[in-house]
Amino acid sequence: MNVLILAGGLSHERDVSMRSGRRVKDALESVGVTVTMADVDTDLLPTLQSLEDMVVWPLLHGASGEDGSLQALLELAGVPFVGTRSREARVAWSKPVAKAVFSRAGVATPDFVTLPQSLFREVGADQVLELLLARFPLPMVVKPARGGSALGVSLVHDRSQLAQAMVHCFAYGDMALIEAAITGTEVAVSIIGTGDQARVLPGVEIVCDGPYDYDARYNPGRVEYFAPARLDADAQAAVAAAALSVHRTMGLADLSRIDLIIDHDGVAQVLDINIAPGMTETSLFPQAVEAAGEDLGALYAAVCAQAHHP
Amino acid sequence: MTHSDSGGTRLDPWLGSYAARAHNMRASEIRALFSVVSRPEVVSLAGGMPYLAGLPLEQIGQMMSRLVAEQGETALQYGSGQGYEPLREQITQVMELEGIHAHPDDVVVTTGSQQALDLVSTIFLNPGDVVVAEAPSYVGALGVFRAHQADVVHVPMDEDGLIPASLDEALTRLRAEGKTVKFLYTVPNYHNPGGVTLSLERRPQIVEICQRHRVLVLEDNPYGLLGFDREPLPALRSLDPEGVIYLGSFSKTFAPGFRVGWAAAPHAVREKLVLAAEAAILCPSNASQMAISAYLDRYDWQGQIKAFREQYRERRDAMISALEEMLPAASWNVPDGGFYVWVKLPEGLDAKSMLPRAVTARVAYVPGTAFYYDGSGADHMRLSFCYPTPERIREGVRRLAGVITAEMETVRIFGASGTDASTTVEFPSPDIA
Repeated sequence: MNVLILAGGLSHERDVSMRSGRRVKDALESVGVTVTMADVDTDLLPTLQSLEDMVVWPLLHGASGEDGSLQALLELAGVPFVGTRSREARVAWSKPVAKAVFSRAGVATPDFVTLPQSLFREVGADQVLELLLARFPLPMVVKPARGGSALGVSLVHDRSQLAQAMVHCFAYGDMALIEAAITGTEVAVSIIGTGDQARVLPGVEIVCDGPYDYDARYNPGRVEYFAPARLDADAQAAVAAAALSVHRTMGLADLSRIDLIIDHDGVAQVLDINIAPGMTETSLFPQAVEAAGEDLGALYAAVCAQAHHP
Repeated sequence: MTHSDSGGTRLDPWLGSYAARAHNMRASEIRALFSVVSRPEVVSLAGGMPYLAGLPLEQIGQMMSRLVAEQGETALQYGSGQGYEPLREQITQVMELEGIHAHPDDVVVTTGSQQALDLVSTIFLNPGDVVVAEAPSYVGALGVFRAHQADVVHVPMDEDGLIPASLDEALTRLRAEGKTVKFLYTVPNYHNPGGVTLSLERRPQIVEICQRHRVLVLEDNPYGLLGFDREPLPALRSLDPEGVIYLGSFSKTFAPGFRVGWAAAPHAVREKLVLAAEAAILCPSNASQMAISAYLDRYDWQGQIKAFREQYRERRDAMISALEEMLPAASWNVPDGGFYVWVKLPEGLDAKSMLPRAVTARVAYVPGTAFYYDGSGADHMRLSFCYPTPERIREGVRRLAGVITAEMETVRIFGASGTDASTTVEFPSPDIA
C-alpha cells in the first residue's frame, strides 16, 4: 500500500497542515509504508490518476480540506481516502449546523447563536450586541462559524471587548458563532474507526494559563497536557460517551477529535469537532495515541488500510 | 514526551532551560497566515524578494559551473573569517559609488548583512541598552535587537528621512533619563519600509548630532544603488569613517541566495567583528563569495543594476497607478528607488487585524506593526513592488481594495477595529523581511 498525503492548501491553516502532513509521513514511513506528499493544485488529478494501490490521506485543515470539497473530488476520482466522506464533512464543517445536529441527539453543547455580519449592518450593531450581552453572561466566546486552530477566536471578558471581538472574527469569515463560555475541565477525545467499530482513545486534558488560542496551541509552554485526563470514572465515561455519540451521529469516519469541557455539574459539553485533527508535534491526537500505548505508525497504517473505497 | 512532577507535559522538556532572550521567540498567528504566500494563487506584496528573472541566469549557471570545475578546491574549502580578499577589494570599489573610500582590510564579509546586524549587536549591546532607529524601522533589525534584549526608541521621519531635530531631542532625553544609547540604526536610502531617502542636506546634520552625543551610527544600505531618478547620495560613512559602521549587501543588487553582505567598520570595531564572526560561523561561504567575485569581475554588474532600476521603476509606477485608481481612501509615499511603498490606511482600519481577510482574498502585505518595536503602526501596511509583474501588482491592489472596502464596512458597523490588545511582536521570516 502507498499513501499520498495531501497537505498545505490555501486556507489560513496551511502552516499547521504542512506540519501535520510531515508528522504523519514520518510515522507511516517508520513502519515501512511508502508515502508521498502533495499539495492541492493542478497536478493533483494527474497524480491521482497515475497511482496504483494508493490511499489518499487528506490532511488539509480549514476550508476545502474539511468542508467536504476535497472529499467530493476524491469520491469523483474514485480514489480510496482516509476520513469522513464529503456529505458528512459538509455538515461537520459548519460549527452551528454540527452543534444543532448532535445536540438533537442528546449531546450537551454550550448555548449559542450564529449571526452573519450582514445582520448587524441591517439591524444595527449596537442593538444586536446588547441582545448578545443580555443573553450570554460574561465571559462569552466569539468565533468564526467555520475554521479551526483557534484562529479568529476571542474570549470576551468585558462588554467593551465585544465589538472588537466581532471585527476580529469577521476577518476570518462572514458568520460568527457566539456561545457561552463554560468553565470546567477541558478534554480532547480522539476517536479511531467508523460507526459501531469506532473506539475512544484516552482523553487529553488541557490546562492552559489563559485562553487555549493559537499561541498556546503551537508554542510549547503555556499549556500543560495530561494524557490520560485526570478524570474520575463517571467523568471519563461521560466524555467518552459524548464523543462517541457525536462521532457516530455525525457519520464521521476513520478518525476524529472531539473537544469537550466537563462542567462543574459533571456534564460533558461538546465544544467542537474536528474531522482532520492536527497531527503536529504539539497536537492532541498523537498524544492520545501515545497515552493509549499504541504505536503511531502502526495505528496510522491501520487507518489507511481500512480507508473507504468510493 | 517528558512529564512534570504533576504528571502532565508541556511538550518541551527544556522549557526551564531557555535563556531569557528566547522567551519572546514564539510562532505567531501572523506567521502562520504567511504560509500561503508561496502559493501562486496569492499575489504577494509582502516580501522584499528581488526580481531574479531579470538576471542572466544561464550565464551565471555557467560561471558557477566553471568556478567549481576550475577552483573547486578553494571554493568548497574553509576560508578566511574576514572574507575572501579579492571580494573585499571589489567591495571597496562598490562602496566608492557612494563616496566611501575604504581599504579591503576595513571590510568584513558576512552571511548577508543580516548577520552583520547580529554581529554588531553582539559586540555592542547589553540587555537594556538602547538603539535609536527610524519610525518605522526594518523588521529584521528589530528582531536582532530584540534577541539581544535591547530597547529600541523610534525617531520620526518625514519625506526627507530622519528628522535631525527629533534625533537630537531623543538623544538628549535618553541621556537625561540615564539610558545607554549604543547606536543609531538607520536605513538612509529608499527606506524599508518607509520608502523615503535621507536628504543630502540632512546627512551631515545626522552625523554631527551623533558625534556630539558620542553615539555610533549603524548605516544599513541595501538599496542605495537602486534609485530610479538620481545617482547615489554620499553614504554617511563617507562623512565620518570613524563614527559609522556601514552595512552593504549583494542581496538586492544581485541575488539573496548567495547570502553575502558586508560591514565596513572603524579598525578596532572591525577586529571585534572578525572575532565575533569566527565565533559564530568560522567563515562565510567561500563558494558564494567567489561566485560573486567572478560575477563582479566578468559581468557588467553596473549595467545589470541599471536594468534592475528600470524594472523596479516600471513596477513602482504600476503600483502607484493602481493605488491612485483603486485605493483613493488610503494615502502613500511615492518612492524614487528601492522596493517599498508605505501605505496609510483609511481611518479606523488595522492592517494586522485585516490580514486574514486579505489572505482569504489571495493577497498579502506586511502589517505596519512589524516595523515598530512596541507593536504600534497598525494603521499602516508595507507593500512591495519588487517581485510581481506589473499585471500582478495591479491585480494585487485590486484584491486589496476589495479587502479594505470590506474591512471598512465591518469597522463602520461595529465602530471598532479588530486590534488584539495582546499583540505579539513579530520575528522576521524571509516572507516579510
